[in-house]
Amino acid sequence: MRAWSLIRFYTILVYIFMFAPIAVVMVLAFNSSQFGGFPIEGFSLRWFYRLAENEAIMRALKTSLGLGLLTAVISTTIGILAALALVRYQFRGKDFITTLLISPVLVPETVLAVGLLIFLRWLHMPRSFLLLLLGHSIIALPFVVLVVQARLVGIKKEYEEAARSLGANPLQTFLGVTLPLLAPAVFAGAIFAFTISFDNITATLFWRPSGMETVPTQIFGMLRNSVSPEINALGFVMIVITVGVPLLAGGAARYFARKRT
Amino acid sequence: MAGVELKNVEKSFGAVTAVKGLDITFEEGSFTTLLGPSGCGKTTILRMVAGLEAPTAGDILVGGTRINDVPIHKRNLGLVFQNYALFPHRTIGQNIAFGLKYRGVSGSDAAAKVKAALDIVRLPGVEDRYPAQLSGGQQQRIALARAIVIEPDVLLLDEPLSALDANLREEMRVELKAIQHRIGVTSIFVTHDQSEALAMSDKIIVMSAGKVQQVGAPEEVYNSPANEFVANFLGASNILDVRVAGSDRDAIGLEVPHFGVISVPRARAAGLGDAKSGRLVIRAEKLKLLPAGDAGAGVLAQGVVRAVDYQGQIARYFVQVGDMELQIMNMIDGRPFSAGDATTVAIDPRDCSVLPADG
Ligand SMILES: Nc1ncnc2c1ncn2[C@@H]1O[C@H](COP(=O)(O)OP(=O)(O)O)[C@@H](O)[C@H]1O
Ligand SMILES: [Mg+2]
Repeated sequence: MRAWSLIRFYTILVYIFMFAPIAVVMVLAFNSSQFGGFPIEGFSLRWFYRLAENEAIMRALKTSLGLGLLTAVISTTIGILAALALVRYQFRGKDFITTLLISPVLVPETVLAVGLLIFLRWLHMPRSFLLLLLGHSIIALPFVVLVVQARLVGIKKEYEEAARSLGANPLQTFLGVTLPLLAPAVFAGAIFAFTISFDNITATLFWRPSGMETVPTQIFGMLRNSVSPEINALGFVMIVITVGVPLLAGGAARYFARKRT
Repeated sequence: MAGVELKNVEKSFGAVTAVKGLDITFEEGSFTTLLGPSGCGKTTILRMVAGLEAPTAGDILVGGTRINDVPIHKRNLGLVFQNYALFPHRTIGQNIAFGLKYRGVSGSDAAAKVKAALDIVRLPGVEDRYPAQLSGGQQQRIALARAIVIEPDVLLLDEPLSALDANLREEMRVELKAIQHRIGVTSIFVTHDQSEALAMSDKIIVMSAGKVQQVGAPEEVYNSPANEFVANFLGASNILDVRVAGSDRDAIGLEVPHFGVISVPRARAAGLGDAKSGRLVIRAEKLKLLPAGDAGAGVLAQGVVRAVDYQGQIARYFVQVGDMELQIMNMIDGRPFSAGDATTVAIDPRDCSVLPADG
């Protein structure tokens, strides 16, 4: 009994430690005080209005959203193709390619970031939005591959074979049978990719062209001056996006799945 | 509709040879069964005909045309799997209509065909349901409907009844055979279940270890097995070493230990040739177990029941006759024998067949 209450106490402490900073940001975002800290003086949305008026932040938000969406599209497309090849076909060097695709998770992000920069220098190419997009896609790709691969393994080959025997060519089979069955994983992978890109700061600091800010780098930059209350509001927006998007998507997926059984 | 021919077909997976030296003809409109134990290469043959595997050597002909190089989706074959493989994200109607859209049939024409196919498999009106809402047996009927609605040249069925429970399986095999008979499509049916094969087939091809062991009508493979493998695979058989004791124009006299001389018609000993010894095959259900001392018809020997395995209407006895143990399956009328009973075993010479000693 005693041991259990100790463990419970300890668990609660850990959760407080993890979530308190997030809760603080979310509460302070609505504080009307001039300074981004306690005490709470009153409820206000003024920092959100201020946020909307701040052009630099709005530009960063647009950049982040665009970058996240494009990263999701690119890494999901490549991820689906890679997973298909790895699961459905036999070829030499398969294990090596699997390791290669997964390795961005294992390599420290700083190393990955510097490596890509050196590679770019060698090609005599300047840093650009395209490089940033490429980098984010590389970072997100392993997650997409893993998610899609796991689902694809569970989709019996017989479905595809049945479709083929009924007259569908390989592309029609993929679009008509494999992809719809794969949809939940594709969806999950895309959301993963979006949040990974939207959250990323380390590699982004290395790769962004000068003058371009994403939301995390923008916050990082603003912090160097002071903790303005706007940052709390921006933090609130980020939390809503990165938590809300997957939740909404999961709810939608469950809603559509329920219609079928 | 068309017949299928395999000419000297072989298939290897790396170092493993799955099947070899296959020369098989599947007659147009017939129901042919590939029968054999798991791993003998039945599925491999079916998949080669379907186009899902390419043969390592040999030719495959459908309707007289070589189709080795024709991709699956252009072969016009109906495929039915053990686990149904209905598209879970599509309704029953969409599942059945799937093949029609690649044949330029759509709209009300497709709906009419789907309805007709559902009538054939006796599941009318389920168009709007999803596969998960149907039972296993119903799903397999839908899979069949999906395969026949495209009017395939050949229908390929890979253990389609194995996933169903016993009662449903027997009901489905009657129905499947009836449907095949009605639409007359050339059908290749794969199973490891001998009773399924015997009940449904026009022709049975018994396979073992990638090779054809015997081809024939059900009663042919059942009554005159070509070798010991076939004898043992199709039900329980007793195989006894015998010596040739004499012969005339119509029959061969065989000396069977403990039974004495049995005169077997020459036609049932075709493989024996001029050999001096051979092996006598007699099915467990063709031996007759009688009370000790009973003078029944046939050739007799005395034995003792060692063990009994009751199976409802039938009992399987293990009977010791001298140094031989025989398996005997008899209907139970009245009181069955029990272990330890002294009995008489009777062989009817017309139920015997003889194989060469080394076969
Ligand atoms: N894709 C494959 N790769 C390697 N070996 C295979 C493959 N498919 C079948 N085999 C082998 O070929 C043999 C025949 O298999 P199969 O045709 O599935 O037998 P059955 O259907 O009679 O049970 C088996 O030894 C099996 O292990
Ligand atoms: Mg098989």
